[in-house]
Formats: sequence, C-alpha cells, structure tokens
Amino acid sequence: MKLITAVVKPHRLDEIKEALQAFGVHGLTVTEASGYGRQRGHTEVYRGAEYTVDLVPKIRVEVLVEDEDAEQLIDVVVKAARTGKIGDGKVWSVPVETAVRVRTGERGPDAL
Amino acid sequence: MASAITTLAADAPQLSAANTGFMLICSALVMLMTPALAFFYGGMVRVKSTLNMLMMSFISLGIVTVLWVLFGFSLAFGTDSGSIIGWSSDYVGLSGIGITELWDGYTIPVYVFAVFQLMFAIITPALISGALADRVKFTAWALFITLWVTLVYFPVAHWVWGAGGWLFEMGVIDFAGGTAVHINAGAAALGVILVIGKRVGFKKDPMRPHSLPLVMLGAGLLWFGWFGFNAGSWLGNDDGVGAVMFVNTQVATAAAMLAWLAYEKIRHGSFTTLGAASGAVAGLVAITPSGGSCSPLGAIAIGAIAGLLCAMAVGLKYKFGYDDSLDVVGVHLVGGVAGSLLVGLFATGGVQSDAKGLFYGGGLEQLGKQAVGVFAVLAYSLVASAILALIIDKTMGMRVSEDDEVSGIDQVEHAETAYDFSGAGGGIARTAAAPAAAPTQNTKVDA
Repeated sequence: MKLITAVVKPHRLDEIKEALQAFGVHGLTVTEASGYGRQRGHTEVYRGAEYTVDLVPKIRVEVLVEDEDAEQLIDVVVKAARTGKIGDGKVWSVPVETAVRVRTGERGPDAL
Repeated sequence: MASAITTLAADAPQLSAANTGFMLICSALVMLMTPALAFFYGGMVRVKSTLNMLMMSFISLGIVTVLWVLFGFSLAFGTDSGSIIGWSSDYVGLSGIGITELWDGYTIPVYVFAVFQLMFAIITPALISGALADRVKFTAWALFITLWVTLVYFPVAHWVWGAGGWLFEMGVIDFAGGTAVHINAGAAALGVILVIGKRVGFKKDPMRPHSLPLVMLGAGLLWFGWFGFNAGSWLGNDDGVGAVMFVNTQVATAAAMLAWLAYEKIRHGSFTTLGAASGAVAGLVAITPSGGSCSPLGAIAIGAIAGLLCAMAVGLKYKFGYDDSLDVVGVHLVGGVAGSLLVGLFATGGVQSDAKGLFYGGGLEQLGKQAVGVFAVLAYSLVASAILALIIDKTMGMRVSEDDEVSGIDQVEHAETAYDFSGAGGGIARTAAAPAAAPTQNTKVDA
C-alpha cells in the first residue's frame, strides 16, 4: 500500500474530491495546513506596521491506495490541483506497512 | 456643557420632559460606548489577551459607577473651592438630591445630569487601557482606575466643566470632552507606559490584530454612541446647538475616515479596515471639543486634519520606542489636542458661544485659551498618572510575569480562553466529581 499526500491550494479541494471519486477512491482525510514553498508569503500592513506573513493557508489531502494504483492516482490528484500558478503545492507518496479497519478488524488492502 | 442657556429664561427653568427623556437616552448611548471600546480594543490584540482587554474596559463600568455615587459626582460637580475641586455633601451618595431638583440653570433633574456625566467618567479610564495591552495585572489595573479617577479625572472634569473650575471660567471651549476625556486619557496612557515599559517582543514579534471584524463592530458602536456623548453635552434641545453638534459629529467623522484611508493608500498601498475604523475614531475625538463652535465645512476640515495627523502619529511609537500598544496616544491624545486647538481657528462665534476663532476674525485670543487648556490637562494627567503607576509598580507590581505575558494573560488573570478552537475539547478534563478541576494549563492555541 501507499499513502498519497497532497498539500495544495484550498480552493482546489472540490475538484480533487470529485476526481478521486471518479477514480473510485472511497475515503480520504483532509486537514487544514499552512506553509510555503517557492511562492513564499505576503505582506500585511496594520496602522503602518508591516508584517510579512510567511505561512499561507493550504489543505493537506491524504489517501491510502494499493501499490498498483499509486502512480495513476498521483496523476489524478495533480491534474485536479493544478492551476498553473505559483503556489499550487506538492504531491508525494510513501510506502505503508499495514492498515486496519477499526470496525471489522480487516487488515491490509481489504481495509481500504 | 460649557456656557449657560440661563439667559433665555428670566424665570427659573422648568423641568422639561423632552429634554429629560433625550438626556436619559443620551446617557444610555454613552454607556454603550464602553463595551464598544472593549470590542474596538479587544479585536486589536492577539488571541491570548482578548478577554483581558475586554475586561479592562468592562471593569470600569463597575468601579467608576460606585465611586461616582459615593464621592465622584461631588468632587467633580459640587460647590467649587479654589477653582480646583468641588464638594457638596448633598451629592455624597447622591442622597441629598430631590427627585425633581433641577441641575442649576437647566431643564433636567440633577439625577439625569449626574448619570450622564457618570458615563463620561466610566469611559475615560477605559480609554487608557488600550495602551497597556497584554501585560498589566488585573488587580493593579483596578487599583489604578480607582486612584486615577479620584485624583485625575474628577478634578480635571471640575476644571473644565464645573461651575467655578479654572479652565471653565477662563473661557476654554471643550464642548464634550476633548481635554477632560481624550487629552486626559491619552496623556495618562503615555505616563503609564513610560513607567511600565514595553510588551515582551515589541517591535520583534508580529502583533497583528486577531479580529478586525470585532474592531469594526466596536468602531461602529462607538460612532453611534458618540451622538449621545456629543449632542447630549448641551443638556437639552431648546436652541438648536445640540443638533449642530450632532451634524458636525457625523461630518467630521466621515472626513477623518476618508483622510486616514487616503494617507494609507498613498503611503502603504492599501485601504485597510483598521485604517477606516481608526480614522473614524480620530474624527470623533477631534470633533468632541470643537463641534459646538464650528460650521459643517469647518467640521470637514477639522476631521480631515485630525485623520491625517493621527494616521501619521501612530507610527511614532516605533520611532521613539514607547509601546503605546493600541495607539491611545496616537489617536486620543493627538486627536484631542488637534480638536481642542482647532477650536481656536474654526470657531464661528455663531453656535455655542460668541467666541470667534482666527479664521473668523477672532484673532489669536481663543487659540491662546485653548492652548492653556490643552497644556494644563496634558501636563497634569501625564505627571499624575506616571506617579500613580510608579507607586503601584513599586508596591504590588503593575505587570504580570514575563512567562505569564508570553503564554497569555487571559488564562493567568481570568482563567478563561476567548475562543475554543479545538474540536477535541482542548484537552479539558471534566469529571462529575470535580468540575472545578478543569486544568488552567490548557494547550496554548494562540498565534
């Protein structure tokens, strides 16, 4: 199994969810995150005092998939998340040893 | 307040139901300004000190009300002695006042005048709190308010508005509180922060406002309440002066907001929400002493000048290194001085009194009187407030510990958190046996 993690622009979430559903993924986890890459942050001014805000809002989408689906699924996520502008984010995958469905106790790919 | 309308009536004035009703509503409007100020300030601090900021204003409603009834009204508006202070034993406890007894020369009961003036006494120390954000022990603040209103506000209110008060008798024009409220609070703020020092991380850590919607809400409610503060200060509507004040309040506030926004756009590139709210408050401050003596066009000029001056003044704290946290000096002191002095330029001589300003052929006489009023209140409040802060600091200590300030004054002083951000309950343990044992050491979730 693989864990696919995508840290992307918040407003792309709906597209990503739809694309994953169309691909046949039944579950995912979304968390609000903040960070920066090459895009860096922005400047805010309060009564003349300038603050550089490094960290910009992102969402982090996590999906568990079987090994053979991983590369294709990454492509699906990347396509859905892309706007072509700087700050679109990153997608990566890491191997996962095991997974358990809590309700039934099923293990491995059966738990997905 | 200012000069008398007694000349209208050869006979003694009669109680006016219209004026009395109007003044009771105005008193309620001014009361609303203190919670409004709490929101205005509360939104500007970081999450971890929101509640403390709100409470610093709110506690004034409690402390000053009780002091006012006990002896405050008597000190401020009792029979004058030496042009410095008042005292009338009938006013002690507000207990020797007949319910239909009229305020001398006016058509409203003494009770109504007393409660209207009480609301001014409440908001003035609350204004100071904005300079002291994040770092003052709550008990020290409560003690400071008690001493400050007794030794600074009540005497200064007497000087400016009390019959026999020396600035009042000299002819200094302060319609609704440019000197007694705003210069007084702004100078006090400066005096106290010079004693207690900066917040931990001043000029290093980001200290941006945690909720600008709260700031806007507060500014909007202040603007609304200020109609009572300003128009009500004429204590009745028999001659139209209060209505002129009402109009000028709206006009100057609008002009000041536009001026602040224009300055910001040119200087920093954006029209900010905080700029709009701050500009409006600067205009309200500046028109407070002056709106009863200028024309609506004069009000536009006064508002625009004050908006611009205050927008420039809020940057001074970074240059000089004093931590006027929420710009009480930059807005209330600077705006109050501007408004009070501009009376000397823009007084038309045709509204509250016949004193004319420089631009209406009155020469420099009124400007000179205004300058005396400004300087006297500024100097007395600055010095007296610094001394009070120093005494409290040397005895019980004004500030919370550095650790407590950094982790957040709300939890240390109030055992509460402004917002519960954590869906999982923030790690709070709740048991039937010991509900009070909720830990004070919750996860810190602020910026």
